[in-house]
Amino acid sequence: MCSYIVEEVALTGSAKGQAGWMSVDTANVYFDHPYHASLDHALGIDFINRKDGARERVAIEISAESARELAKAMLAALERGEMEHGALEHI
Amino acid sequence: MSYLAMTAEIVSFSGHNGDEGEAYYARPSGNGPFGGVVLIHHMPGWDDWTAEAARKLAHHGFACIAPHLYFREKPGTPDDCAARARAAGGVSDDQVMGDVSGCADFLRSLPHSNGKVAVMGFCSGGRQSYLAGCRIANLDAVVDCWGGAVIVDDPKDLTPQRPVAPIDLSENLTAPLLGLFGNDDPRPSPDQVNRHEEVLKTLGKTYEFHRYDGAGHGFFASERPGYRVEQANDGWRKVYAFLGSNIGPAATVD
Repeated sequence: MCSYIVEEVALTGSAKGQAGWMSVDTANVYFDHPYHASLDHALGIDFINRKDGARERVAIEISAESARELAKAMLAALERGEMEHGALEHI
Repeated sequence: MSYLAMTAEIVSFSGHNGDEGEAYYARPSGNGPFGGVVLIHHMPGWDDWTAEAARKLAHHGFACIAPHLYFREKPGTPDDCAARARAAGGVSDDQVMGDVSGCADFLRSLPHSNGKVAVMGFCSGGRQSYLAGCRIANLDAVVDCWGGAVIVDDPKDLTPQRPVAPIDLSENLTAPLLGLFGNDDPRPSPDQVNRHEEVLKTLGKTYEFHRYDGAGHGFFASERPGYRVEQANDGWRKVYAFLGSNIGPAATVD
């Protein structure tokens, strides 16, 4: 069944869409039937700028397994990256 | 009977609050008269599948209008509009009923209409079809394809946009109902479908439910892994037969 459940995350950063780079302040995250991906259900993320009216978005639809791998990769990249950048500051 | 020739185009309709909406409209060529179907898309949006389903219905002799339920979220592509609607918690039942009612009026206004209108939908559209059957007067048939949340077990699932469980309005259903469900679907689950059927029996409603083994949710969707060819082929045959009996030429013979 289609779901209206959305997890909203406030964030700081930029995303590149069809019109080029844009500031984003929100990610809407949901698990539902996809629009494009050939999956029965997909983890969808819409990166938007709510302050600017959310007219543009950068979107992905990925499988649940991919989403879990992506979450692990994000945390791993942060851990390593923060360590390396912390090490570089001491050079 | 198959209608190989058809017209398919984007049309305007007068929706909820008189808002001018857009819809995909497919109809058999010729003067008919033809029965009409309002086809309700599912939550992810007004998509290729919706247009394909509308053309299938036209191929089988029905004039089909599929409104874009998120046109008020434009500009943007249909999936962008759906994303905005989703972020807002979906559109209200009142708005959908207004848009569906406007589309029914559109169908009846056409010179090739036989005056009969059905409403049909998939998934959340199935729920909304059932709701339309309970809230909109003068519908001639309702097709609910695996609509979840007709029965609401947790009151917290009721929202300002969807404040009433459709099952609670079943007494007002006047048109015959066709329901198609996969027995591997968790929502609606077989138990929920059973309970839905009990309500219809108790109220003496005219209905037929068909449940398919080996099929889960959305088993008509040929572009997704859940597609089940035999079950979908049989399901579509049931749809054509049901619509033919209730809004087709046989339904208008005195």
